[in-house]
Amino acid sequence: MERLRDGKLIRGIVERIGEYHVHLNFMHACGTHQETLVRYGLDSLFGKVGVSVKSGPGCPVCVTTAKEFVQVMELAEKGKTIIVYGDCLKVPVNGRSLVSLREDGFDVRVVYSVEDAVRLAEGVEKDVVFMAIGFETTAPTTGAILLKDDLPDNFYVFSCHRFFLPAMIKLLELGEVRLQGLIEPGHVSAVVGARPYEQIKKRFQIPQVISGFEPLDLALSAYELVKQNIEGEPRVVNEYNRVVSANGNTTALKVLHSVFEEGDIEWRGFPIIPKSLMKIRRRFSAHDAQAQFEDILSKVTYEPSEIEKRCRCGEVLRGVAEPKDCPLFNKVCTLENPVGACMVSIEGACRIHLELGQV
Amino acid sequence: MCLAIPGKIVERRGDQGTVDFGGAYRQVNLSLVKARVGDYVIVHAGFAISKVRRREAEKTLELVRQIMQG
Repeated sequence: MERLRDGKLIRGIVERIGEYHVHLNFMHACGTHQETLVRYGLDSLFGKVGVSVKSGPGCPVCVTTAKEFVQVMELAEKGKTIIVYGDCLKVPVNGRSLVSLREDGFDVRVVYSVEDAVRLAEGVEKDVVFMAIGFETTAPTTGAILLKDDLPDNFYVFSCHRFFLPAMIKLLELGEVRLQGLIEPGHVSAVVGARPYEQIKKRFQIPQVISGFEPLDLALSAYELVKQNIEGEPRVVNEYNRVVSANGNTTALKVLHSVFEEGDIEWRGFPIIPKSLMKIRRRFSAHDAQAQFEDILSKVTYEPSEIEKRCRCGEVLRGVAEPKDCPLFNKVCTLENPVGACMVSIEGACRIHLELGQV
Repeated sequence: MCLAIPGKIVERRGDQGTVDFGGAYRQVNLSLVKARVGDYVIVHAGFAISKVRRREAEKTLELVRQIMQG
């Protein structure tokens, strides 16, 4: 595996790309891809050979809307114990966040896994609400838990899980960015498989590659997309075949589809994307926070503050803007005082740019 | 969120197992994969979500060598 970080091999592939003399725009949709691109300086290496890789809607915490965060905050204020993945804690909404609620004495806790959340619920009598965020990579883990028949009665899931492909399709439909290739996310693909991307090929005739996360994976993926452009024949190539199969993880998919059904939902920076929400099926409603606490949640509203209106996180997620295009970036919006989710999540483009990039 | 890391299963008891991440050991839920002791898996949020086919990694490197040779 160390060889997948071999600088000589990476530079060799990039030199090969350079021989094609191209000017192409690609997009990835995964925070871990963004981190590899910036950490290993691949973005600037690619830039020298005419390849630009934009970042897309690949950060699940970032694409979750402010309203969903406000709803979870409301449940905390109503006395529920809120459990989140660490990345959600500091997402700001109008100057508040789950961490600020915790500082105000409300019960907000962080876990690494949904299993830890269940264990936590077993130890308390209060209602415990797990804010479930993530694409197909994470959703089967929540699903596996909801399928258990010995869940504590006080354990509820607030599903913010989303299907990834509808967002990519929406982005291509919007047509705001000219793209000549997509680097598809390796770990979403580990679950869904390579096959679903054929629908994108069929409809949009755009080259695609499913990529791993080592720098050599991304160099190879860029090379593959360049080659497809030169040959003029869009394909779905699976570069990450050590982990991704054609049909994906069928066990995980079965779990996912038996627990969740498709629902319509807004994404940060996007209009409502049909069939992109993983909504908990009715037969699991005893543990569905959105169903059980509907009376509280339906009253929640969200209006962005003046400063939030200037945050360009939504455009960054659509690949229309780069972090440095935002007037708030590294001035008003910083790692210590973030304004948008893209500055909070470890997968957020703004945070990665500020932490690892050259600003 | 989709950050996931590879590790080697060193022990399995039903759906639970111990995975070795380069010397750091962690309990992992293995219910979503068909994997045995000795297999490498990709672990995300406490669950193994996929097996790693190490032979395919060799193929990737072989492909790199072919591209470099033009």
